[in-house]
Amino acid sequence: MTGQLLLQTVLSGLLVGLVYALVAVGLTIIFGVMDIVNFAHGEFLMVGMYASFWGFALWKLDPLFTLPLTALALFALGAAVYRLVIRRITDAPMLSQIFTTFGLMILARGLAQYLWKPDFRSVDRTIVAGKVAFAGLQFGLPQVVAAGGAVATTGAVWWFLRSTRLGAALEATAADKEAAALMGIDAQKMFALAWGIGAGCAGVAGALLSTYYPIFPEVGANFILMAFVLVALGGFGSVTGAFWAGILVGVVEVVGGFLWDPAYKLVLVLALYLLVVWLRPQGLLGKA
Amino acid sequence: MSRRTGLAVGLASLLGAALFPLLVTRPTWQNTAILMLMTAQLGVAWNILGGYAGQVSLGHAAFFGTGAYVSTLLSMRLGVSPWAGMLAGGAVAAALSAVIGWPCFRLKGHYFAMATIAVGEIVQALVNGWEALGGAVGFSLPFTESGLWGFVWGRSKLPYHYIALGLLLLTLSVNWLVTRSHVGYYLRAIKDEPDAARSLGVSLGRYKQIAMMLSSALAAMGGTLYAQKELFIDPGSTLSTSLSIKMALVAILGGVGTLTGPIVGAVVLTAIEEASRIGFGGTGRGTDLIVYGLLIVVIAVYQPSGIMGWVARRWPAPGPAPTGPPAAGLAPEAKPS
Amino acid sequence: MSAPLLQVERLTKRFGGLVANEDVSFSLGAGEILGLIGPNGAGKTTVFNSLAGFFPPTSGEIRLDGRPVAGLPPERIAALGVARTFQIVRVFRSMTVLENVMVGAMLRHKAVRIARRLAEAALAFTGLDRRSHEAAGRLTVAEQKRLEVTRALATEPRLLLLDEVMAGLTQAEVQEAVEMVTRIRARGTACVVVEHVMEGIMPIADRMVVLERGRVIADGPPRAIASDPVVIAAYLGEEYRAPGP
Repeated sequence: MTGQLLLQTVLSGLLVGLVYALVAVGLTIIFGVMDIVNFAHGEFLMVGMYASFWGFALWKLDPLFTLPLTALALFALGAAVYRLVIRRITDAPMLSQIFTTFGLMILARGLAQYLWKPDFRSVDRTIVAGKVAFAGLQFGLPQVVAAGGAVATTGAVWWFLRSTRLGAALEATAADKEAAALMGIDAQKMFALAWGIGAGCAGVAGALLSTYYPIFPEVGANFILMAFVLVALGGFGSVTGAFWAGILVGVVEVVGGFLWDPAYKLVLVLALYLLVVWLRPQGLLGKA
Repeated sequence: MSRRTGLAVGLASLLGAALFPLLVTRPTWQNTAILMLMTAQLGVAWNILGGYAGQVSLGHAAFFGTGAYVSTLLSMRLGVSPWAGMLAGGAVAAALSAVIGWPCFRLKGHYFAMATIAVGEIVQALVNGWEALGGAVGFSLPFTESGLWGFVWGRSKLPYHYIALGLLLLTLSVNWLVTRSHVGYYLRAIKDEPDAARSLGVSLGRYKQIAMMLSSALAAMGGTLYAQKELFIDPGSTLSTSLSIKMALVAILGGVGTLTGPIVGAVVLTAIEEASRIGFGGTGRGTDLIVYGLLIVVIAVYQPSGIMGWVARRWPAPGPAPTGPPAAGLAPEAKPS
Repeated sequence: MSAPLLQVERLTKRFGGLVANEDVSFSLGAGEILGLIGPNGAGKTTVFNSLAGFFPPTSGEIRLDGRPVAGLPPERIAALGVARTFQIVRVFRSMTVLENVMVGAMLRHKAVRIARRLAEAALAFTGLDRRSHEAAGRLTVAEQKRLEVTRALATEPRLLLLDEVMAGLTQAEVQEAVEMVTRIRARGTACVVVEHVMEGIMPIADRMVVLERGRVIADGPPRAIASDPVVIAAYLGEEYRAPGP
């Protein structure tokens, strides 16, 4: 395997990993703020993909144009899901929480199948179609743009958490809910915000992916496991952790699939997940 | 309800289950009944680990599939009777669960659940990609001749019904014996307060493992029954995460940590599934998923102690609670850390 | 004096940069009550958790009847005859009072019927038998603490570690607890009692060990401790006089 081929593979993995990372960032924020694992996270991504698809199919709007709308819509959806459902189980036993988000996952897939049919869809024409050449290597332009968009969004979320009052309030709630409440931070608002941002991240990832990835009701399943792995690897609640984990895992997945058997890509990643969780349960950068 | 009423209801149900296929001869109804029995058996098996010990496994299909594949491979490749294959499948599943359990039991709460999902997916992916295990295509079991030895019947579904009933009774008995022994007390203690249990001399790993091995062996036996009935197995039908979810769901629906909860849950869930299949048309429209999903969410949010929890509240046992194991539901309390 | 049942030698526990216990040493004979006191953050519960096996000390030795036990896991320590209660009560909420105690009894007697009889006897001893069939979660805090003690006693320990059993109790409840601990000692079980409630520990302790900032600053009978200027200073001027003869 030549050096150039290796480089091409690694960079492809990087591009993929950055999008995974964005999905994981959303998941990790929800977990970090309220200790709930959102099994339905992949479905936010799926809705983002469909939103972009329908914008394209009905009104010929490119997914990248509708991206801000998609982001806002998913933000609203996330907050609504919190207000309507999750709010009722914030203090419930873990089994209830697992099953609530699991139930939502199944419900969302069923609704998507019912409303939009199980057929595979795709966005046929996009302004980012084509390839880009770089140092003798070739990459699909949609993948590059998607990765770029993912990095930008992740950066924006990171900036929000670090440099705004609202972001600081969110981090405070994640660190210590009761203490934050004593300081006048409304936990309910923070939870809804966390779900909104989480869903928004997944939705943006979906919009970016829609330029080249097939769209179907179960597409969330392809990403949720990956998101779990990244959150576990990077550390539950850590945005930076999810980002670096995304890069690492993206590269491992693509390189592993190339060197070995593509069919076992999933096994490889899941085995990595189990290894991390057993050896270092809190992940690389997570809170214990 | 009082113990006597409960016992009477139980015996009546047993009688009803035993007489059902003799009285109702329409094949679709008979099939539904068998499906209920098999689903109930899996739920009770799951409950030993998930309900009593509180270790939520969402990858239990791996054990079910192990049973199906082990007995099928043994009978197809080595001519071993599926009955022996059933026992072998149980043993292999127990061994597999020991390998999985040892590192996983260190994990708490939803980390354990997520790890079991990962394990389940890995097993499915591995079998999917492995030609020797049938790959994605799976196996069609050869139909040689009807009979008890071969564990296969063509014309009548009756034997399957009684075998399913027998397996369910076996699984229930194992569960019941566990609850009446010190193992049952220890499991409940581990579920409530693991650190306090340790301070009383309880080895967490050992007892979780016991529960896991019993649970997995019984689930595997259910897998063999499935293989002999359907005469076709593949990763999608025997190792899928949605099957794992179903096993947990019937226990949650009926009442986690109760003996009869999973049975009630299986009956209700199967009835709903069949009804929505008939009412809304075939799968592929997603309506069964919608019903499933709504059901799960509603139960998880509003009635976490399941149907039996509701029953216990609606018809409370008279007098002081007996010193037998009470219905331990999912009453909202401090989250275990 | 009887050979020490428990010997703690230079017990040190560090959590990263924080030194919770440093060079803590004391010993306890069979059937004695040792009071472990000190201001908040002095490291009392850390000593406890090391004794009970919940984490291994960084250095030092713990000997039970001469046998080194430092670093053994909690379940092994329980089997060796050391039982404990928890500062924040941890009863098995979904089980009845009787069943809680049965879990303790099952350490030595796995047969359910025997465990039940022993549990009933233990509950009679601590006076909780009239609540035997109630769900443990329904008891008052004082009763739950008493339940934890009963459950620990059911393991037939030689040494009982009581972690602030009297915190949050009314005057009357404190007296009941004092009386119960006295009866436990009369049965031959040694106790290490971590306490803040002075009226609860001073009258019954055979000896007191005072911790401050992880170190032992005093070790002696209650009378001596109560008038020790070092101890008084540690508590910032709080003065307690042992009741008269």
